[in-house]
Amino acid sequence: MKFGILVNEGPYTHQASDSAYQFTKAALEKGHEIYRVFFYNDGVNNGTRLTVPPQDERNIQVNWSELGEKYKLDLVVCVAAAQRRGILDESEAKRHGKNADNIAPGFRISGLGQLIETGIECDRVVAFGD
Amino acid sequence: MSMEEDLPGTGDQKKFLYVNRRAPYGTIYALESLEVVLIGAAFDQDVSLAFFDDGVYQIVKDQDTSGIGMKNFSPTYRALGDYEVTRLYVEKESLEERGLTPDDLMEITYEDEDDDWAEKPSVRLVSRAELSEVMAEQDVILSF
Repeated sequence: MKFGILVNEGPYTHQASDSAYQFTKAALEKGHEIYRVFFYNDGVNNGTRLTVPPQDERNIQVNWSELGEKYKLDLVVCVAAAQRRGILDESEAKRHGKNADNIAPGFRISGLGQLIETGIECDRVVAFGD
Repeated sequence: MSMEEDLPGTGDQKKFLYVNRRAPYGTIYALESLEVVLIGAAFDQDVSLAFFDDGVYQIVKDQDTSGIGMKNFSPTYRALGDYEVTRLYVEKESLEERGLTPDDLMEITYEDEDDDWAEKPSVRLVSRAELSEVMAEQDVILSF
């Protein structure tokens, strides 16, 4: 089955991102396709490479980046939600006159149309929120 | 039997339902849900919105945010008809539980192209049971 994943909460405060990660990983291991993982609302905060959680805790951002690398996942952060919350890639940082970017490896920034397209293209969209 | 055979929406359009169940202010969910609806309108899909629980407050009339330093985005709901978003399901029980009546809601209308552009109400009051039927018909449900 072709799944789309929507992550609407950031890391750590809510379990949503952990659950989305576990679901995505399990679906891939069962041979399903993950068309895209779309990060919206505070979910965009999963896409900053600047998180430094304690070493004996899971690193949610690294988990996503490694899973993305292993399965060539399309990890998409909503641009409007990301700009509100200070998640920038190099070109966005430049465009807005900011002196740094923080997008995590394997993530890319794009528009909400990518979420709608996910709904159109997938057999199921599974949303993880609060 | 493959799971694919059970899937609804075999036509070229899918049925999208945006579920709104939180108050318009206090969290950003209502505003960012509306932003998805507006972008999604460009994709020529079959779109409906549902308002229940505290979500019914999103379309209450005479909203005034001047005291909280936030933009009053409620007029945008009245523009949804221009985006061909013409079905806003509002759950009766959620209104009643909050002491609200349909008269407390904004007048939200659309022009019906199949009926000589007659202006018609977009808000459809439904019971909890009816809303569950609406939800069961959908291909994609995005809940914020």
